[in-house]
Amino acid sequence: MSSQPIPLHLPGEEPAEKIGVYVCHCGTNIAATVDVAEVRDWAGQRLEDSGVVVSRDYKFMCSSLGQELIEKDIKDLGLTRVVVAACSPHLHEGTFRGACKRAGLNPYLCELVSIREQVSWVHTDRHAATDKAKAVVSGGVERVVRNTPLEPLRVPIHPATLVVGGGIAGIQAALEIANAGFPVYLVEREPSIGGHMAQFDKTFPTLDCAACILTPRMVEAGGHPNITLLTWSEVVDVKGYVGNFVATIKKKARYVNTELCTGCGICQEKCPKKIVDEVYEAGLGYRKAVYTPFPQAVPKYPVIDVPNCTFFQKGTCRACEKLCPTNAIDFTQKDELLTVEVGNIILATGYDLFDARRIPQYGYGRLANVFTSLEFERLTNAAGPTNGDIVLRDGKTKPQSVAVIHCVGSRDRNYNNYCSAICCMQSVKFAHLVKERTGAQVYNFYIDMRTTAKAYDEFYQRVLEEGTLFVRGRVAEVTDAARLPGEAGKLIIQVEDTLAGKQRRIPVDMVILSAALEPRRDAKQTAHLFGLSCSADGWMIEKHVKLDPVATMTEGIFAAGCVTGPKDIPNTVAQGAAAAARVLGMIQRREIELEPIKASVNQEQCSGCRICNNLCPFNAILFHEDRMVSEINPALCQGCGTCVAACPAGAISGTGFSNEQILSQIDGLLMLNVARQSAAVAA
Amino acid sequence: MSKYSFYPGCSMESSARAYLDSTLALQSSLDLQLDEVKDWNCCGATEYAATHLLPSYALVGRNLALAAQPSHGAPAAPTLVAGCSACYLNLAKTDYYMRQSGDLAERVNTALAAGGLHYQPGAVKVRHLLDILINDIGLAQIKAKVTRPLKGWRVAAYYGCQVPRPDYDHRFQNAEYPMQMEQLMQALGATVIDFPLKTHCCGGHMTQISEATSYELIRRLIQGADQYRADLLVTLCPMCQLNLDAYQVEMNKFFKTSYHVPVIFFTQLIGLAFGIDPVQLGFGREFISASALLKDKLGVDVPVAEEAVAAPPRPRRGQPEGLPMPRMPRSGQLGQEE
Repeated sequence: MSSQPIPLHLPGEEPAEKIGVYVCHCGTNIAATVDVAEVRDWAGQRLEDSGVVVSRDYKFMCSSLGQELIEKDIKDLGLTRVVVAACSPHLHEGTFRGACKRAGLNPYLCELVSIREQVSWVHTDRHAATDKAKAVVSGGVERVVRNTPLEPLRVPIHPATLVVGGGIAGIQAALEIANAGFPVYLVEREPSIGGHMAQFDKTFPTLDCAACILTPRMVEAGGHPNITLLTWSEVVDVKGYVGNFVATIKKKARYVNTELCTGCGICQEKCPKKIVDEVYEAGLGYRKAVYTPFPQAVPKYPVIDVPNCTFFQKGTCRACEKLCPTNAIDFTQKDELLTVEVGNIILATGYDLFDARRIPQYGYGRLANVFTSLEFERLTNAAGPTNGDIVLRDGKTKPQSVAVIHCVGSRDRNYNNYCSAICCMQSVKFAHLVKERTGAQVYNFYIDMRTTAKAYDEFYQRVLEEGTLFVRGRVAEVTDAARLPGEAGKLIIQVEDTLAGKQRRIPVDMVILSAALEPRRDAKQTAHLFGLSCSADGWMIEKHVKLDPVATMTEGIFAAGCVTGPKDIPNTVAQGAAAAARVLGMIQRREIELEPIKASVNQEQCSGCRICNNLCPFNAILFHEDRMVSEINPALCQGCGTCVAACPAGAISGTGFSNEQILSQIDGLLMLNVARQSAAVAA
Repeated sequence: MSKYSFYPGCSMESSARAYLDSTLALQSSLDLQLDEVKDWNCCGATEYAATHLLPSYALVGRNLALAAQPSHGAPAAPTLVAGCSACYLNLAKTDYYMRQSGDLAERVNTALAAGGLHYQPGAVKVRHLLDILINDIGLAQIKAKVTRPLKGWRVAAYYGCQVPRPDYDHRFQNAEYPMQMEQLMQALGATVIDFPLKTHCCGGHMTQISEATSYELIRRLIQGADQYRADLLVTLCPMCQLNLDAYQVEMNKFFKTSYHVPVIFFTQLIGLAFGIDPVQLGFGREFISASALLKDKLGVDVPVAEEAVAAPPRPRRGQPEGLPMPRMPRSGQLGQEE
């Protein structure tokens, strides 16, 4: 590795390349801090020896007129290289490469250097910022002369799609794709699809019955000829790359022969083992050891829960087997591994509820009549453990007064900084349901009311008019330590009413904690499995939070619903559909062009140390045991450069990021090119 | 042998003598050595910082500097232990703010330089005695030493405000609802009550300012303990102990109630469970006597402490020696004499 770049031409000699430099004002974004005209003139004069033949500035280079300027110069002046000094390549690299391509120049001979994000936005000293902009342009020029024309890779796209997670996001995405005529594998780890939405009773703001609007979709997904439904299953391995993924799915043994089972439910009825259902009933109800989580479950076939089944644990019982009218119980079933080929993947794995026990002063787990939001959903659900009766933990007493506490575990720097997005509306809905069904007095304790979507605030106004009392203030504690008359036997809410500016103690019979939505407990493993990354909060990171919210940084893998952060049902459904649209777009293209910025291993130099193998975030490196060398799958490689930097033998190089290109760019940044020329002139 | 520097503070030497006695009595059982900081001074309690902020930091800074000094040629123990909540908070707070602000550290050190002292922020780790017992010695070792389990004792743990909060270095798992003393009491064999008032206010120095306010705050806690049928309140704070114990009778008079809830330091209960003589642990010094409890639950008699029977008369303040102080003229009188 030499620090002296190979000189492309001798001083005084005509440079080999003709370079155009284009400096963007970006309105005042750049021009307010950088003297654009000075940069333009400097590049035209001082970088002439490096090959700059034209240097221009323009108010908005990205505009059609700005692009045409470049195209015209390429044609008229015969430019062979282009450097645009503007914003980050994340934004407009594609734009300017496109312009070059239209003018007949290979797009990879165009470099976009950032003088906005890395200069004007982060500096205030105009003089220094202008000097830095010159250095950045100089680096870009030195680099671009060493760029080589590249051709994008083309790979075919398999028409099938894997959807992971059978909640409303996954169901929506699967149906959109299936209805467009393409095959879908819908994988769900619970015995039935439906997700959290299947646990709810009513949905805000219209108070539609959740089951009534969800179950038709579940049934449609369950019976769709293009959807292969894999419930009680989990994805255990993903290999391959965009257009050509190979996923291994573990189908856990159901111990029920689905060919024979009619879903009659006799096994569940006769099973003698009763277990608290922590998943579907949120711990508030029971199920049997052989069970379907709820009556409308799709598919209708039950599963046997091995750790709780008397037969599996003690070898006796077999009640279900004996009483099944179609002999569908099969204790000999084994877990199966299924391998499927898919072109795209949609991740819709949802959320987990914040464990309210982590805030002991709110009493959940200590005080019987403190409930979580999910427990309350089950309490109000007609198919729930109380058939929809809102009662205290004793199972019979109707509450006279109920408190709903917002932001439990959200907007709290001790737990989660973010807003969980749904809790305000959910709490308002709870207030309405309690009022309607029990006539109890309801208090909502909130920090701010956030009712931002269609018809949300109208619903809030309605609930205000119904007489629910809203107290602004974060609750200090929920206690059973009675002190004042009327408090004995009650749960007392101690809160600072920040509107009235005073402390209040409000005794109630029941407390509902609107707990935060959190990433799935195993979100990190899931992210690793699919080669994605999680934010500090643990949510999956989308490609662009505003402009590309359902794509991920890994091509061909999309995300929908709460997997990327808390969302209400309308947003979740919209994301499911959006992800499906993106996938359908990919499928319709039949093949995809991949960025040719890839790493490759020089097999002669590779020592087979395998350091790069585990570093690759995209699992793109294959090790050939027989030859003891590593090889990079170009379709899988995203060009991140990690392996290039890590290879101790220097055997890996990145297309578009060769050592020569990078060292020349550094030379340019340090103005060594200009210094060398001055020295040559002086000599 | 675990060695620590130890800052007792004024309360532990006076009103909370039982706390100091019991703490020192545990040393040999727990293989613990607490070396008192030489020539320590007042921590400033809660009042000084409220009136003179910078001098209050300098006052505490002196204690930190002394604790960080090598003694007898041996390097100082890296950890400074305090038992009193106010002392603990002031020491921890001063060290924390000196770590955060170079400017404050410099000003404090300018003041310390007058006495030939210097304190490098972070040189000692300030920790509470409970933290040491739970995290360094460990519940397992404490449990192993129990020879007289507190079976059938219904104990409500009371922390007050200054130890769990503001908890600069996040040593307490949950500042709003700490559980360490509960874990400790369980290790001793006691029945622990889920006491929701555990971090509520004891009234602090309100006893000196507003009797009615302080009696109400004391009543809340004592009534709470009574509601949950606690045999006693166990605490780690001399201020809390003083308020709840010494003013319980007054509070009862004020509200015409008849609560009798002994308020005992956690170290006293540990010693009791270890089989140490109750007198050595300072039992008998409390105003609301725990003697009946000890007799009923353990069959142990506590002789009434001599001091409690008849406190020795305090020496009468005689005429000051030497010359009299000059009497200050009343304002406006200067010059009128002429």
